[in-house]
Amino acid sequence: MNALAARRRHPAAIAILLMLGLLVTGFAYSALAPQPAQAEASTAEDVTAGKQLFQANCASCHGVNAEGRATGNGDKVAGPALAGVGAAAVDFQMGTGRMPMRQPGIQAARGDVQFSQEEIDQVGAYIASLAPGPAVPAEEDVDASKGDPAKGGELFRVNCAMCHNFAGSGGALTRGKYAPSLMGVESKHIYEAMETGPQSMPVFNDNNINAEGKRDIIAFLKSVEDSPQQGGHALGALGPVTEGWFAWFFGLGILVAAAVWLGQKSA
Amino acid sequence: MSTETLPTGRPADQLRDGDKPAHAAPSAAARKAGGFAGWIDDRTSAAKPVNYLLRKVFPDHWSFMLGEIAMYSLIICLLTGALLTLWFIPSAGHTIYDGSYVPLRGQMMSEAYASTLNISFDVKGGLIIRQIHHWAALMFIVGLTVHMFRVFFTGAFRKPRELNWVLGTILALLAIVEGFAGYSLPDDLLSGTGIRAMEGFVQTAPVIGSYLAYAIFGGPFPGEMIIPRLYSAHVLLIPAILVGLFIAHITLVAVHKHTQFPGPGKTNDNVVGYRVMPVYAAKAGGFFFIVFGVIALISALFTINPIWAYGPYDPSPVTAGSQPDWYMGFADGALRLLPGWLEFSFLGFTLSLNIALGALVLLPLVYTVLGVYPFVERWITGDEREHHLLDRPRNNPTRTGIGMAAIVAYSVFMFAAGNDIIAIKLGMSINDITWAFRIGLFVLPPIAFWVTKRICLSLQRHDRELALHSRESGRIIRGADGSFHERHDALTDRERWILVQHEPVAPLQLTPEYDENGVARPAARKDRLRAKLSHWFFKDAVNPVTPAELAAAHHDGHHAEALEASDHDAIEQGADTDSTGLSSGSPVRD
Repeated sequence: MNALAARRRHPAAIAILLMLGLLVTGFAYSALAPQPAQAEASTAEDVTAGKQLFQANCASCHGVNAEGRATGNGDKVAGPALAGVGAAAVDFQMGTGRMPMRQPGIQAARGDVQFSQEEIDQVGAYIASLAPGPAVPAEEDVDASKGDPAKGGELFRVNCAMCHNFAGSGGALTRGKYAPSLMGVESKHIYEAMETGPQSMPVFNDNNINAEGKRDIIAFLKSVEDSPQQGGHALGALGPVTEGWFAWFFGLGILVAAAVWLGQKSA
Repeated sequence: MSTETLPTGRPADQLRDGDKPAHAAPSAAARKAGGFAGWIDDRTSAAKPVNYLLRKVFPDHWSFMLGEIAMYSLIICLLTGALLTLWFIPSAGHTIYDGSYVPLRGQMMSEAYASTLNISFDVKGGLIIRQIHHWAALMFIVGLTVHMFRVFFTGAFRKPRELNWVLGTILALLAIVEGFAGYSLPDDLLSGTGIRAMEGFVQTAPVIGSYLAYAIFGGPFPGEMIIPRLYSAHVLLIPAILVGLFIAHITLVAVHKHTQFPGPGKTNDNVVGYRVMPVYAAKAGGFFFIVFGVIALISALFTINPIWAYGPYDPSPVTAGSQPDWYMGFADGALRLLPGWLEFSFLGFTLSLNIALGALVLLPLVYTVLGVYPFVERWITGDEREHHLLDRPRNNPTRTGIGMAAIVAYSVFMFAAGNDIIAIKLGMSINDITWAFRIGLFVLPPIAFWVTKRICLSLQRHDRELALHSRESGRIIRGADGSFHERHDALTDRERWILVQHEPVAPLQLTPEYDENGVARPAARKDRLRAKLSHWFFKDAVNPVTPAELAAAHHDGHHAEALEASDHDAIEQGADTDSTGLSSGSPVRD
C-alpha cells in the first residue's frame, strides 16, 4: 500500500489510471450491454457454406443473392428479398419444413424438415450476413419451465387467440390462408415466429411482447399440450361446432338406434 | 216448519226417517286392496284420472319416441341444473382465482367464472354434472328438432293439433333462448363474446337499439348486471314457462290422443297400440334411463365447453372458433353471409341491416313461419277435417318438399356459422365457402324441393305399380304353348292396405268470379290465389289405386305383364294361380 501511495505522483500514473478506467468500462460495457440473443457465433466458413446451400436450394425463388424474384405474372412474387429477415426467420422457415416450399400456394404449410440443423444454421448465417436481423433465441429464452403459464395464457388470449384459437388449435384467415395449430411446435420456433412474423402473422418483437412475455406464452402453450384432458376427449378443441356435430351424429344416432330397438320390442 | 208437527222423540230422528241404511262394511280383502290407494283417492279423487292415464293407449313407432328424447333431456337438464345452482355464483364481482387449476391461478376474473372453475375442478363430480347439463341441453334441442321433423313430415300438425304445433314452436324458441342464457352464464371468453355479440344485435334495432342495450345491461357493456339477470332468466323464468307450456303440450297430446301410422285396423276413430300400464310405463321409463345413460356416457368421455381452456372473459380478446351452440348457429351463419353493404347511414343515424336481418329478424321469422304453417296448409288445401291417421311423407309430396327445402335453407345458415372450421379442416378458402353458402341459400332449397317432390312422386307411382301388379319375382314361366310370362308375387292384404289407404286429393276448384247474375264476387281475388296455390300443391298428385282399378288390374293385368302377348287366352289360363293368390290375399310361393 505504501509503495503504491509513494508512486501515486509518478508521471505515468494518470496514463495508467486512464488505461485502467477505459479497460474496466470496456469490459463492463461488453458484459452488461444488451446483446442480440445469439446461440453461437457464426464463422466465415458457415457463411460460405450457407451461401452455397442457399444458391442450390433457395435461389430459384429468392434470387441468387436473396434479392427476391418476381414470377413475371403481374406483381406476384416468387420469393421475397431476404436481406434483414435474420437467422431467426431462416431457422423458423426451414426448421419447421415450410421452406423449401413444396409447391407454390397460398401459404407454406408445415412439413418434413429437409435439412440438418447444421445446414439450417449455415443458411441462417449467410442470410444474417446480408443485413442485421433477429437472431435465433438463446436456450434460456425459450425454456418453457422458466415461464409463467397463467400470465402467458392472458397474453395469448389478448394477442394470439383471435387467429390461433383459445387452445392453439388454429383458425381460418381470409382466402384460404390460415393460422396453423400451435400444438407440437418446438419452443424456439414459437419464439421465432413471434419475432419474425412469418407469412400472414404480425411481428411481435420486444416492443410488443418482451422476451419474458414470449417465454410465458411458450410456457402456456406447452401447458396446454401437457395438461390432461380434464373433461374427456376434447373433440379437436375447436369450440361449439364440433360439439354440435357430435350431438347430432353420435348423440342422436345412438338414441334413435335405442328408440328403434325399443320400438321393435313389442311389435 | 210449524210447531204442531214437532215430533215427541229426539228432534233429529224424524229427519233420518228416509235415510237408507248404511252400506255394509267392505270385506277385509276389499279393505286391504283399497288400503292406501283408497285413502288417497278419498282425499284427492285421483283414481279416475290416474286410471284414465294408465289405461291410455299409445301407438308404437320408433319415431314417436323422438319427442321423448327431448322430454327426458329436459328433465336431465332440470335435475343437473338444480345441482349446479348449489355452487354457481351468478355474480360479475371481481375475484382472484386461487383454486386448483394451475394455469389460471392468480388471474383476475368474475365470481361467476371462478365458481364455474370451482365446479369443474374442486367440487367432487362437478365437472361431469356440468357436462351432463350441457350435453343434455344440446340433446334437448336436437331431440325437439327431430321430433318437429317427424310431426311435420307425417302431417301430425293437422286439425285438431294445430294449437299443439304452435305450442311446440314456442317451446322450441324458448328452448334456444334458455340455451343461450345458460351458455352465457359462466363468463368465460366464449360466453362473454356471445354476450358482446348479443349486445351488438340489440343495438342494431332501429331507433330503440341503444336504449334497449342499456336497459338489458343496466348501463354500458359489460356492467355487472347482465350475469345475475341472465341467471334469473335461465334458472327461474324460462324454465317455469318451458315446463308450464310443456305440460300443456303433453296434456293436449293426451286430449287429442296420439296419432298413428296407417295400417289395417287403424282408423281415424281409434288408436291401436298398448296401454300405458304396463307396456309404455316400462318402455318410456326404460327409455328415460337409456337417454340418461347415453348422455352420461358421452359426458364422461367427451369434453363440452371447456371453460378453463377459454380463460376468463375480458372485452379485448376474442378467440378463433367463436361460435354459439349449434341451435343458435343459424343466426350466426346468417350474420356471416349477410354482405356488409347492407349498413346504411343517413342524417347521422345508422341502420345496420347487415346485422339486424340476421340477428333480430331471422330468429322470430323462422319460428313464425313454423308456427303458421299448419294454418297456411289448411287454407291452401281447404281441408277442415280431423286427422288422426298420419300421412306417409311420400303421400304429400309438396309438403315433404317444402319441409326439405326449409331444412336445407336452415342447414345452409347453420353450416355457414362453421365456415372458419370448414375452411381449416378442408383446406379451403373461407371467402369461397361463404360465397358458396350465399349462392346455396338461394339455389339449394328449390333444388331440394324439386328433388324431394320428384322422389315422393316416384315412390307413389311405385306404390301404385306395386298395388296393381304386385312384386315382380323375376321368374319367367313358360306356358304349355311355349309363351312366356313373368310371375308376380302377390302382396298380403296388410301390405296392400298401406299402399292404397290414403285419400285421393285434387286441387280446389275455382269458384266463378261472377255469380249467376253477372255480379263480381268480392272474394274472387283471394279465391283465385287460393285456387292457384291449391293447384300448385296438388297439380301432380298421384292418387292411390281405387278398388275399381285394382279389380281391373286383376282382371286383365296379366295381359300387360306377358312377355309375348300374342296368345291372351293361353296366358290367362296359365296365370290363374296368380290371380287367385292376389284376390285371396295370401302370397303365392313356389
